Amino acid sequence: MDYDPDDLFRDDDEDNENEFYQIKDATKELAVYLIDASPKMFIPQNEREDGQEETHFYIVVNSVAQALRTQIINRSYDEIAIVFFNTREKNNLQDLSNVYVFNVPDREQLDRPTARLVKEITHVGETFISKIGSQYGIISGSRENSLYSAIWVAQALLRKGSVKNTDKRMLLFTDEDDPFGGIRGMAKTDMTRTTIQRAKDAQDFGISIELLPISGTDQQFNISLFYADLLGLEGEEVAQFIPLAGEKFQDMTDQLRKRMFKKRRVRRITFSITDGVSIELNTYALLRPALPGSITWLDSVTNIPLKSERSYICADTGALLQEPVKRFYPYRNGNVLFSVQELADVKRLATGHLRLLGFKPLSCLKEYHNLRPSTFLFPSDEEIAGSTCLFVALHRSMLRLKRFAVAFYGSSAHPQLVALVAQDEITNPSGQVEPPGMHMIYLPYSDDIRHPEEVHTPADVTPCPRATDDQVEKAAALLKRVDLKDFSVCQFSNPALQRHYALLEAFALGEDEMPQTVDETLPDEEGMSRPGIVKAVEEFKTAVYGENYDQEEAEKAKSSGSDASKKRKAAAEHAAKESSRYNWDELVDSGKLKDLTVVELKYYLTAHNLPVTGKKEALISRILAHLGK
Amino acid sequence: MARNKEALLLLIDVSPPMHRLLPEVEKLCSMLIQKKLIYSKSDEVGIVIFGTEETENELMVEVGGYEHVMVFWHVKVVDIDLFKALHKLPRGNTVGDFLDALVVGLDMLLKKFGPTNKGKQRLCLITSAQHLTKEPYEGTKEDQVDAISAQMKAHGIRLDCIIVRGKLTVPVDQKIIEENDQLLNRFSKKTNAKVVHVDNPISLCGALRTRNVSPVTIFRGDLELTSLMKIKVWVYKKTSVEKLPTLKKYSEEAPPTDKYASREVKVDYEYKSLDDSSKVVPPEQRIKGYRYGPQVVPISSAEWEAVKFKPEKGVKLLGFTDASNIMRHHYMKDVYVVIPEPGHVKAIVAVSAVAKAMKDLNKVAIMRCVWRQGQANVSIGLLTPNISSMDNVPDSFYLNILPFAEDIREFQFPSFSNFPSSLQPNKEQQVAADNFVTSLDLASPDKEEALKPDLTPNPVLERFYEFLELKAKQPDAEVPPLDRSFKQITEPDPELFSKSKTVLDVIRNKFVLKENPKIKKSTRRLWRDKPSTSNEREDLQEEGPEIESGDVTRSSLVKKVDEIGNLTPIQDFEAMMARRDSPIWVSKAIKGMKVFIYDLLENSYKGDTCDQAVECLIALRRGCILEQEPAEFNQFMQYLCHKCKENDLKEFLKLLRTRQITLISKKEAEDSSVEEDAAKNFLVKTEAVD
Repeated sequence: MDYDPDDLFRDDDEDNENEFYQIKDATKELAVYLIDASPKMFIPQNEREDGQEETHFYIVVNSVAQALRTQIINRSYDEIAIVFFNTREKNNLQDLSNVYVFNVPDREQLDRPTARLVKEITHVGETFISKIGSQYGIISGSRENSLYSAIWVAQALLRKGSVKNTDKRMLLFTDEDDPFGGIRGMAKTDMTRTTIQRAKDAQDFGISIELLPISGTDQQFNISLFYADLLGLEGEEVAQFIPLAGEKFQDMTDQLRKRMFKKRRVRRITFSITDGVSIELNTYALLRPALPGSITWLDSVTNIPLKSERSYICADTGALLQEPVKRFYPYRNGNVLFSVQELADVKRLATGHLRLLGFKPLSCLKEYHNLRPSTFLFPSDEEIAGSTCLFVALHRSMLRLKRFAVAFYGSSAHPQLVALVAQDEITNPSGQVEPPGMHMIYLPYSDDIRHPEEVHTPADVTPCPRATDDQVEKAAALLKRVDLKDFSVCQFSNPALQRHYALLEAFALGEDEMPQTVDETLPDEEGMSRPGIVKAVEEFKTAVYGENYDQEEAEKAKSSGSDASKKRKAAAEHAAKESSRYNWDELVDSGKLKDLTVVELKYYLTAHNLPVTGKKEALISRILAHLGK
Repeated sequence: MARNKEALLLLIDVSPPMHRLLPEVEKLCSMLIQKKLIYSKSDEVGIVIFGTEETENELMVEVGGYEHVMVFWHVKVVDIDLFKALHKLPRGNTVGDFLDALVVGLDMLLKKFGPTNKGKQRLCLITSAQHLTKEPYEGTKEDQVDAISAQMKAHGIRLDCIIVRGKLTVPVDQKIIEENDQLLNRFSKKTNAKVVHVDNPISLCGALRTRNVSPVTIFRGDLELTSLMKIKVWVYKKTSVEKLPTLKKYSEEAPPTDKYASREVKVDYEYKSLDDSSKVVPPEQRIKGYRYGPQVVPISSAEWEAVKFKPEKGVKLLGFTDASNIMRHHYMKDVYVVIPEPGHVKAIVAVSAVAKAMKDLNKVAIMRCVWRQGQANVSIGLLTPNISSMDNVPDSFYLNILPFAEDIREFQFPSFSNFPSSLQPNKEQQVAADNFVTSLDLASPDKEEALKPDLTPNPVLERFYEFLELKAKQPDAEVPPLDRSFKQITEPDPELFSKSKTVLDVIRNKFVLKENPKIKKSTRRLWRDKPSTSNEREDLQEEGPEIESGDVTRSSLVKKVDEIGNLTPIQDFEAMMARRDSPIWVSKAIKGMKVFIYDLLENSYKGDTCDQAVECLIALRRGCILEQEPAEFNQFMQYLCHKCKENDLKEFLKLLRTRQITLISKKEAEDSSVEEDAAKNFLVKTEAVD
C-alpha cells in the first residue's frame, strides 16, 4: 500500500516534542505568479516618498519579492515561477506571444526561489521596459489572447509533480477587470469563452486560480465583469469576494501574505464532549516561531556537504554498540532500567484525543497560564456530520457567557490540560484579521509554576511599600502619553531572522557590501523625546524617586558595588602591586620566566587584564605575546 | 550546610476529619520525600502528627501540656526508611490542635538548629482546622499566634499551611472554622507564611511543591521606560515545564559483576565526506553551510560573527497599549515574572505605580527584551500587571513573549455566519448549548475552583516516580495504572456530569451527530468514546493498534481513492475509474484490478476466493466497456483462462460460464477486435479444451 505521506507524518510526529514547533509539510506547493504587465499597470498613480512614481506594476513586483523572501524563511521547499503577460517580448516553451517567463540562470522555470531570483525580481522594474517591454496583448482585430496564453503557459509549467502531494496554484495580479472590453462582437464572446474554458481545464487538473486584483483610484475592480466567471464564483461568492480596498503596497503585501500559504491542518482530532457525543475538529498551527534554517556541515576545501555518523560507545569497555534501547536512572544506590516503550507507556494517559472536563469564566485563565504557542481548532463535518453545528453552538455560548472550556489533551508527547478559548471573527476592510474558532492554550501543571516573587520577601515583615494614589496618577499620565494606538502583533518583523537571510542573500550572490537591515523593535527614541512625554516621565520620576535619584544611584554604585566586583577589584589591585615587583622584560630575556610559579605568572596576567586560564605554557606564551616577544 | 539545603518539618493533622484524605497526604508526602531522595539528598525532614491518642514530645516532658502531639520522625537527613514509614501514618481519634503542633514543631527546629540555618527551615502544616484550639494559659490566641510568628520571623522559618476541608461530612461549627481561618491568616500577615485552601485530593497533591527549584534570574538590570527613567528589576521564569528526569542510555557490555562500571554510553559524531565514507573530516576542515532556499552558502564562523545580528542587552519600553489589542492566544512561550530589585524601595514603589496604573487603565506594555549580552535575538515582551494580594510581596509584572510577523500564518477561515443554516444551531440548540456551558461549571462561586493549574499536579510525573520506586524493588514491574485520584485530571468528573445529566441528555437529543457511513467500524469505535469507568490500561491495549489502522483507512477515504484495497475492491475500482483529475487513473485502476484478481486466484485455496474474483471481473468488464478499453479486458481474460487451466481452477471457469462472462465484443465496444460470435464462443472453446 502506498500511504499518503501527509497522513503518515502526522501520526509519527506526535512522539517528538520538537515536532510541535515544526509544521511538518510533506506536501509541496507549486505556484505561478501571473503578473499583468500591460501599459495600464505602468500608469503612475501616486508619488512615493523618494520622489519616484508608484505604479501598480511596482506595487505587485515588490509584494511578490517580499513574498518570496518570506517564503524562503518559512517554506523554502516550495517551487515558484514568475510569468509576465501583456509583454512585448516573449519567452516561453510554447512560443506564445505576449507572455514572458521570468527566470535567472541555474534555475528551472518552476523551481525553488534562489537568492539571484529574489534579487533580480526586486530590481526588475528598472530594466523592465527596455528588456521585456509592456504591450497590450488583446486588441481588436487580432486573434492573440494574452490572458489565455498566460494561463496556458502557467498550466504547462505546473505539469510538474504528482497531483497527490503537491498543491498547485496560480496567483493572478491585474488591474484590468474587463480584459476583453476593447473588442466587440463574435471575437469577444469567442475569446471570453475560450479563456474561461482554459481556466476551467486548469482547475480540473487540480490547479487553483487565485485573483489578486488592484483597484484604480477612480474606480473599483469589478469582479462580475469577467473574473467571476473565470474563477467559477457563483451567487453570494461574488459579493463576498473583497477586492482590495486601497491600492497601496501595504495592502497588496498584506493580501499576498494571507494567500501565500495554503491552509493546512496539522491533525484531525476528536473532541469528546460527553459519553457518546464527540465531534471532529481540525487543528491548525497559526502561530509557531520561525527559525533560521538548519545548518549543514560542509567540507571547507570542496564545499561539499558532509554526512554525520553517530556511533554509540560503551563507556566502560569502549565497545561499539547498536543504538541502545534501554535507559537507566541511578536511584537508591542502584540503577533502575527502563525500556523506551515503558517510558512511552508512562506518558500515555488517555487514548482519547481531546476530552471536555468543564467550563470556567475567562477570569480564571491567568496571564501566567501559558507554556507554548496555542493551536487553532476549527470544526469539520467530514467524518462526523453535525460537528460544525455543535461546535458553533458551543462557540457562541462560550463567547456570550465569557467562559472557556477546560479539556484534557491526551497527546502522547505531553498529555496536559488545555484551555479552549472561543475567538469571534474579526474583520477589517482588507479581510479577516482573526478567524472564528477556538484557540487551544496549553496550561501548566502545579509542578510547572514557580513562585520566585515570594522568595525575596523581606525577613522583617513590614508590609511591602506600595505606590500612593498620586504616584499611580502620575504613572497613568505617562501611560496615556506613550500609547501605541493601533498596536498589532504583526507589526514587528524578527530582526535577527531578517538580518540572517539578508546576509545569506548577500553571501550567496558574492556581494562585497553587507546589507543593512532595519531593526523595527528598537524604541522610538525620537518619539520618546517629545516634550510632552519627557515632561510626563520627569513628573513620574520625581513622584516615585524624589529628586536627585540618578546621583544617589551613581553614588550607591560607586560606594557599594556588588561583593563580587569589590573582590575582583581588590584582586586586580593586589596583582598589579605584586606584578610591579618583577622585571618582566629581564625575566623573559634571561629565559627565567619558566622558573616562576603559575601564581606569579598570573599576577602579570591579572594586572594586564589578560585571561588567566590554561596550562603554564599557555600562560607563558600569553605573556610573551603581550610583551611583544 | 549545602547552599540549597533545607530542613522541613511536616505537621500533619491525623484527627478523624482528616482520615478520608490521609491516603492523599501520605502520597503527597512520600512524593516529597522521594524527590528529595533524588534531587536534594542532604535535606533534612521531620514529621509531627497531631490528633493522636498518645502524646510524645519534649515540650510535654519539659513543661507539660501539648497533649495529642506526637513526634513521628525526628528531623534528620532524608532516607528510605522515612519514605517507607510514610506509607502508614497512624490515624488518630482525638481533636487536633494545630497551634500546639506548631509550637512543638518550632521548638524542635529551634533546639536542633539554634541560631544557624536562617531562612532554610520550613514548617509545613497540613490540617483540616476543624477543631477548636485550646485557650492559652495567658493572653489571647491572637497573642499566641503573634508570639509564634515573632519566633519564626527571628529564626527565618517559613510556614506553609494547607487547609484541607473537602466536603464537610459532619456538621461543623462555622464559628470554629472562622476563628481557625482567622488565626491561620494572621500568620501570613505576621510572618513568612502562605495559606492554601484545598478541598479535593487532586489539589492537595498539587498544593505543595514537591521539588524545590531554586530560582535563577535570567536578567538583572534596568527596565528602561525611556532613556531618562529606569527601574531596577530582576526577571525570573514564572512557568517552565518540569520534564521527566533525563535518563542515560544503558550499556550491557560490562560484566554484571563489575560493581564500578558506569554503564554509560557515549555518543560520538563523525563527519564523513559523501563519496568517501572511510574518510573522516576533522573539525578544522569543516565549515558551516547555511540554507537559503535550495542553496547552501558556506560561511566561516569568523565571517558570520563579524556581521550577524548583535542586539544590546536591555529591557526597553516600546509603548503602552490597550489590553484589548493583544490576543490571549498570541502568547508564545512560558511566562516570566519581572520583580523590582529586592530591597530597593524606590524600585518597588515605581513598579507598583506603573502596575497599578496599567490595571486601572486596562493597559499593557510592549517591551523589547534582550536578556544577555551576545544573545542571538531579541524578543517582544508583553508586560501585564500582577498586583500582589499578599502584604509582604511587592507588586510585579508578568511578561509574555509575543510573536513576530514571521511567526504568524494568516489562514482564512469561513465565517460561521456564512455557513448554510443546516450547519448552524437553531434557537433550541443554542439554548441547550448555553445551559450546557453554564451547568458544567468548574468554578462555581460556592466551591473551590476545580482543576486550577496552580494546584493540579502532573500525572505523568507522579506516575513516573511511582514506577521508578516500583522498579527499584522489582525490576520487571509493569507500568502502573494511573492512580484513581488522578483520573480527575484526565477524565470528566462523574459527579459533575451526573449532576448535569438532564442538560447532557438535551445535548444528546438536540444535536444529531452522524458518522460518515464510509468510515469503517474500527474508527467508529474510536470516536464513540468508551465509558469513563473502564480501566485505562485495558483501553490502551485494546485501542492502541486500532487507532493506527483506523487512521490509515480514514485517510484513504478522506483523500480520493487511489488504489484498490482489500476491503472494498469494487468500490475502489469504480471510484478510481470515475476520477477525472488525470487520465492516468483509468489505466491505474484497470491495472490495479487485474493484479487484485490475479492475486485472489493465485492465493485461492480450493477455490474459496472464486466468488469474489468473479465479482471483481464483472466490475472490470463493466468498467472496460464504459471507458472503451476492450483490449485491456480481453487480453486479461484470455490470460486468465490460460492460467486457470494450468493451475487447476476449474471452479473459476465454471463460474464464468454460469455467469455468462465473455470477452468484450465489437458490439459492446467499438475498438474491440473480437466479433460477437467469437466472444460468445470463447467460453465454449475453453470448455472444449478441458
